[in-house]
Amino acid sequence: MAEIKQISLFVENRPGRTAKVAKTLSAAGVHIRALTIAEAGDFGVIRMVVDDPEKGYKVLKESAFTVSMTDVLAVEMKDTPGGLYEIVNTLGQSNVNVDYAYAFVTAKAQRAMLILRVDDIAKARKVLSEMGVKIATREEIQAI
Amino acid sequence: MSGYWDPHIERMPLEDLHALQEDRLKSIVRYVYDHSAFYRRRFNEAGVEPSDIKTLADITKLPFTRKVDLRDNYPTGMFSAPKSQVVRYHVSSGTTGKPTVVGYTKGDIETWSESLARAFTSIGLGSDDVVQVAYGYGLFTGGLGAHYGAERIGAAVLPVGTGSTERQIELMQDLGTTAIACTPSYFLHIMEVAEKMGISIRNDTKLKAGIFGAEPWSLETRSRIEEATGIKAYDIYGTSEISGPLFTECHCKKGIHVWGDMFLTEVIDPKTGEPVADGERGELVFTTLHKFALPLIRYRIGDLSIMTNETCECGRTHPRILRILGRTDDMLIIRGINVFPSQVESVLMKIPEVGDHWEIIVDRKGPLDMMSVRVELTSAGFSDKIGDLMKLKKKVSKELKAVLNIAAEVDLVEPGTIPRSMGKAKRVTDNRKI
Repeated sequence: MAEIKQISLFVENRPGRTAKVAKTLSAAGVHIRALTIAEAGDFGVIRMVVDDPEKGYKVLKESAFTVSMTDVLAVEMKDTPGGLYEIVNTLGQSNVNVDYAYAFVTAKAQRAMLILRVDDIAKARKVLSEMGVKIATREEIQAI
Repeated sequence: MSGYWDPHIERMPLEDLHALQEDRLKSIVRYVYDHSAFYRRRFNEAGVEPSDIKTLADITKLPFTRKVDLRDNYPTGMFSAPKSQVVRYHVSSGTTGKPTVVGYTKGDIETWSESLARAFTSIGLGSDDVVQVAYGYGLFTGGLGAHYGAERIGAAVLPVGTGSTERQIELMQDLGTTAIACTPSYFLHIMEVAEKMGISIRNDTKLKAGIFGAEPWSLETRSRIEEATGIKAYDIYGTSEISGPLFTECHCKKGIHVWGDMFLTEVIDPKTGEPVADGERGELVFTTLHKFALPLIRYRIGDLSIMTNETCECGRTHPRILRILGRTDDMLIIRGINVFPSQVESVLMKIPEVGDHWEIIVDRKGPLDMMSVRVELTSAGFSDKIGDLMKLKKKVSKELKAVLNIAAEVDLVEPGTIPRSMGKAKRVTDNRKI
């Protein structure tokens, strides 16, 4: 199964950099599904899930951004208290480490989507599936 | 491998070379004493006369000259030849003071071209080559110097000068450039632009050699250039005061051949002015033995290097100087510690996550000097985990500290952020007001 590709960018922490990213993607007609910015003083890392990661990667690269693609999992979680716990607890008990995660709520579903970067993606997929957690496919992310 | 341009001179036994140097030293000392009011006054003040110079060793009786002498005698007060014999002037930019003017007789231009003809031949260039000269033309000596040298060996010269980088790359392809002469930092920029244009220097051009100089650069930068493009990168050396670019390494890359029939090279302790032992680091001092518009006697050029008199593997007997370690003018003193930008470069270029362009910023916070080094993060070095990036910062900082003995703040910046240069790169911004 094709993993979901997250786009990550290295950006300096100065005015206008995030705007430049957004503008580049918007001009290319790439939709951003979810986005998070992690900052570390004078620089930061933007991570996002988009509808067309290959195209997003290409246009950002052409605009001279330092950009990479990373495999992540997108799992559906119940949009109720305890939804997140169920997932991270399963991973923790299976010794899968979460490097980082961020969540978003989709417009049509009653469920929230959790984007996870883990150290063992195959194992995470397996243990979560066994728990009956629904893992989104690329097509589903594209179609949101 | 490569032949010689002037085998008789280039392979002359040391004894004969020293005899030739001695003759030429005596003549030039007599010549400047008779023709330049400046030298006559200097020699008189030092209580030395041309007749006191009987052997090569007597050179230490002569006073040093420095850049400040050229400035104080601006524009042509140190010249020995009358105007009627001068056929060209070059003027150095004078970033640190008044500009300096150098002049050339017809013979001086010949000697200069001859020096580079030997050098270019020693790296395997000849009449079948196309040499793209991407040094600045005009008052700067780089462009015209390399131009005349390349023409002398019968190569086809492409006098592009600096700038219009995309056009340079197109011409390089269209005319089959085999060698390029420019600053190493400009070549790094050319590499970057070629990549953006989708052109591989290795596969899509005939380039085989780069003649890089006019700014100090490290062995690590050489490796990067050679690995990325497949060309051979050679160091070229010279400064406008002694004519311009004059000498290069030969194909053995074991030091720069400084032609002994044209120049007498000494290495001294910059503090005491005393000669250092063979193979020890010190400041280079040049005496022009065969230059007549503006001969220089014991000129302290300000560059630090190591000299060897051993015959090179290529068979050339003339002394060699090792890679220039830095110019005394470029040296930064940070918290009392001497730092050469070239040291910083050699550390950075060993770290693959760091790009080819970098800069040093020095500030003073309260009583303390702070040095920060800005480096561009390469795509290969980019991890989207913040922890990895912090580790990289620490690693660069640690390696700088190990070499420089001073803590430096490391800033990771986006590629393309640090200004690219067409000529001599400006690597240091010193914001201290002292």
